[in-house]
Amino acid sequence: MLELTLVPFLEAAVRTATPLAFAALGELVAERAGVINLGLEGTIIAGCLGGAAAATLGGTALGFAGAATAGLLVALVFAVFVVHVKTDQIITGTALTVLGLGITGSIYHLWPALVGVGTTLPTTGSVRIPVLSAIPLVGSALFSQPWPTYALYLLVPAIAWWLARTQAGLGLRAVGEHPAAAAAAGLSPQRIRFAAICFSGVMGGLCGGTLVLAQVGSFNEGMSAGRGFIAIAIVVLGRWTPWGAAGAALVFGGAFAFQYLAQSLGLGWPYQLFLAMPYVLTLILLAAQRGRAAAPAYLGR
Amino acid sequence: MEAFIAFWDGAAGSSYAFWSATLVRATPLLLVGLAVAVAFRAGVLNIGAEGQLILGAIAASSVALAIPALPAMVMIPAMIAAGAVGGAVWAGIAAWLRHRFGVLEVISTIMLNFVAAALVSWMVRGPLQEPTKVYPMSVSFSEAARWPFLLDGQRTHLGLALGVVAALLMWFVLTQSAAGFRVRAVGAGASAAESAGGVNTRALTWRVFVVSGALAGLAGASEVGGVTWALYEGISPGYGYTAIAVALLARLDPRGVVLTAVFFGALEAGGASMQRNAGVPAVAVQIITATTLLAVLALARWRALRAEDVLG
Repeated sequence: MLELTLVPFLEAAVRTATPLAFAALGELVAERAGVINLGLEGTIIAGCLGGAAAATLGGTALGFAGAATAGLLVALVFAVFVVHVKTDQIITGTALTVLGLGITGSIYHLWPALVGVGTTLPTTGSVRIPVLSAIPLVGSALFSQPWPTYALYLLVPAIAWWLARTQAGLGLRAVGEHPAAAAAAGLSPQRIRFAAICFSGVMGGLCGGTLVLAQVGSFNEGMSAGRGFIAIAIVVLGRWTPWGAAGAALVFGGAFAFQYLAQSLGLGWPYQLFLAMPYVLTLILLAAQRGRAAAPAYLGR
Repeated sequence: MEAFIAFWDGAAGSSYAFWSATLVRATPLLLVGLAVAVAFRAGVLNIGAEGQLILGAIAASSVALAIPALPAMVMIPAMIAAGAVGGAVWAGIAAWLRHRFGVLEVISTIMLNFVAAALVSWMVRGPLQEPTKVYPMSVSFSEAARWPFLLDGQRTHLGLALGVVAALLMWFVLTQSAAGFRVRAVGAGASAAESAGGVNTRALTWRVFVVSGALAGLAGASEVGGVTWALYEGISPGYGYTAIAVALLARLDPRGVVLTAVFFGALEAGGASMQRNAGVPAVAVQIITATTLLAVLALARWRALRAEDVLG
């Protein structure tokens, strides 16, 4: 009984957490450089569309490349405005989210064939890792997933190591904590922030690509459904560390997947309760965490 | 070109297009634009006007549906009050989270938007659903709960008058009163206002959150009372986000918000007409909204840089 309900729940939790973790890791790097990218939602929906469009042309590999490129394009606009024109980060980000949703929605209505409406998109199936996937309870959840999940197993420690142990990672953190001091030490805060935003764009795009090519299998208008904002909350909950963000993403994956568990347990709650649950959970966890002591000092400035 | 003609016909091509399409869409944008303007003036980044609008719509609908026999003289003020309270409570949650737990309002208000969307979705399928339980909407309001039109034969309603009065009132309070000066001082620099000006910033931002939420909630009441006469799931097609562009394009001046709300109202009306008559998706209007917002941001920076050049 436990196996029957818990295993599908855990599998769904990891599957849902995967795109969130991509977006959150990108946002984390940007925020450690002092940039809060509220346009992340726009990069994710661009990634969804870019992934779907490229995959109809040349399969999943090209799809992921297209997703990353589309996310990067949106992030480039954000970077030019925030870094070079020095506009307000929050408002510029909001504008880019609206822009991303507007452009992708228009393309979806005007040229549905371009984004694979009516055709079957190529998708990445699960890759079962021998031995590890046989571990009871968590084995299939962790080791029988599409390959983007496995990419995260490498990315999380890599980013953690890069931020903590390399010269470049130290430079990036310095820009987030005290850009003037970083500049005095010979670094270019502008160039580092620009690069960090571009990285968040690529990761946001991959979040969208994973959503389309490893989960849903089609593009829909507005399918990012607030994941960009949840990823920003995940960064805060993970206290701006890659491992923390990965853990927080899993908690959210669990919150989204809870509806499957509730269904199989036969709970007759209205489904809107499950729709609202991840967002309510965010507020509760943020409140429980109290304060923002771990935030980079120059975040948003 | 076909799209442009459709756009013009829908937004300003006739007196009906202007009074009944453009101004009807400008009404919620005006109220929510004011909500965003007052918040941003005080440095409160309320991105949650969308959710506050929804709560206002739910609250006003609840009053209209609970006691349909009320006479209009009592019903309409009650709906206005309920809408304002609904929006204020929703904004109050974000204020409470910020002051009690240090949760940034940028994140909390966005999260509350999603919760509000789920809440209205449940309302129209649960407690407030029409009796046949087929459609995700409430039953139509009684005559008394339908707000009066301002002109014969046009759909412009009481909500627009409320919005204009609110704009004038806000302009007066912000520019002519001590309270308004404190709001602007806190927006310019909270710690300076606190230490040099003796302003209780905590109490002030609380009040700004509540006023901002109440205005957004009023927009929700005005939509259900003046336009739809029933509660629907998609009561707001993103007015809360467009309102940020409305407020910023007006440079947070309440008088300017009246004009920019009409401008964006025309965009929305023209966009809907383009979709009907030329097959251009209405969502394309969001591209114009975002581009306008980016242009305003860049222009404001460019002005600031020039001012620095002149001074330096």
